[in-house]
Amino acid sequence: MAEPGPDAAGRFRPGDRIRTRTIDPAHHTRLPRYARGRLGVVERVQRPFPLPDDRARGIAPPRVERVYTVAFDARELWGDAGEGAHTVTIDLWESYLEPERGDR
Amino acid sequence: MSDEHASLPIAARVRRLEERLIEAGVLTDAELDHALDRFLASASPTNGARLVARAWVNPGFRGLLLGDAPAALTHLGLTERMHAATGEILRVVENTPGRHNVIVCTLCSCYPVGLLGPSPSWYKSPAYRARVVREPRAVLAEFGLDLPPDVEITVWDASAEARYMVLPQRPAGTGALDEAQLARLVTRGGLVGTAAA
Repeated sequence: MAEPGPDAAGRFRPGDRIRTRTIDPAHHTRLPRYARGRLGVVERVQRPFPLPDDRARGIAPPRVERVYTVAFDARELWGDAGEGAHTVTIDLWESYLEPERGDR
Repeated sequence: MSDEHASLPIAARVRRLEERLIEAGVLTDAELDHALDRFLASASPTNGARLVARAWVNPGFRGLLLGDAPAALTHLGLTERMHAATGEILRVVENTPGRHNVIVCTLCSCYPVGLLGPSPSWYKSPAYRARVVREPRAVLAEFGLDLPPDVEITVWDASAEARYMVLPQRPAGTGALDEAQLARLVTRGGLVGTAAA
C-alpha cells in the first residue's frame, strides 16, 4: 500500500459512528482488547502512521494508515454495572474500524 | 507490559545494535550513556509546568497550546523535549469546571516523558492502567482528588503515536501570582490528571 500524503482524505470524519473490529490476532496489535467490537464516535482525525501490527512482525514496508481518536461511552465498554458516565478515547488505526450503520 | 520490556525481542535487538556500533567504533558506551543522561536530566515536569503557567496567564498561548501543541512547544524552546524522530505528537487537553481529563496508556506506559519527567511506577502499574479506564472516579478519589458528581471525566488512552498532557484549571486565589510562581504550583499529577494542578 502506498503511503498516503498528510493531506490524503481518510475514510472517516469527526462525528462518524464506527465499530471496532472483533479480532484476536496472534501478533501485536494496538487495538486494545477492552475495545474490540465496540461502538464509538470519531473525535479527531490524526495523520497517517505506520501500522504497528506490521512493524512488530517485521513487514517492510509496513502499511501506513490514518489514525483516529475515537470516543467510547463507558457503558459501551463496561456495561451498565460499571462506574458509568465517563468517556474513554483511544487512538486507533483505520483498519481497526468499520463504519457503523443503522440504529442501535 | 513495562516489566517485560527488557526481555522483548526489540530490547535484545537494541542491545545488539549498541554492541555493533561500539565494536565498529562509531560511538562509545560513554557517549550513549551521556546522550541518555542528557535527555533524562532535562526531562522534567517543570517543562510541562512552564507550558501550563504560560497558558494560565496568556489566553493566546492557551489557544495555541490546545489547538497546536507542537507549535506551542517551539515558543518555549521545548520542541526537542518530544521524540520528533518517532513521530510523537503532543496533544494538550483542558480541564474545565465541567470536564476533567486523565491520561493513561493501557498497553504499556506511554506519556510525554520530556514534559512530565520519567513516569512514576504507579503510572506503569497494571492496576492503574486497568482501573482508570473502568472506574476513573474511584481511582482519582484514591489519589485524593474527589470530583463533584456533575463533573464529566474523559480518560485518554495513548495507544498510538499521540502523547497527551492535561492543562489543569488555574487554582482559585492565584490572581496575584506571576508566571514563574504559577509554574511552581503545577505537579506531575496535575499534568497526568490525577491531581487538581
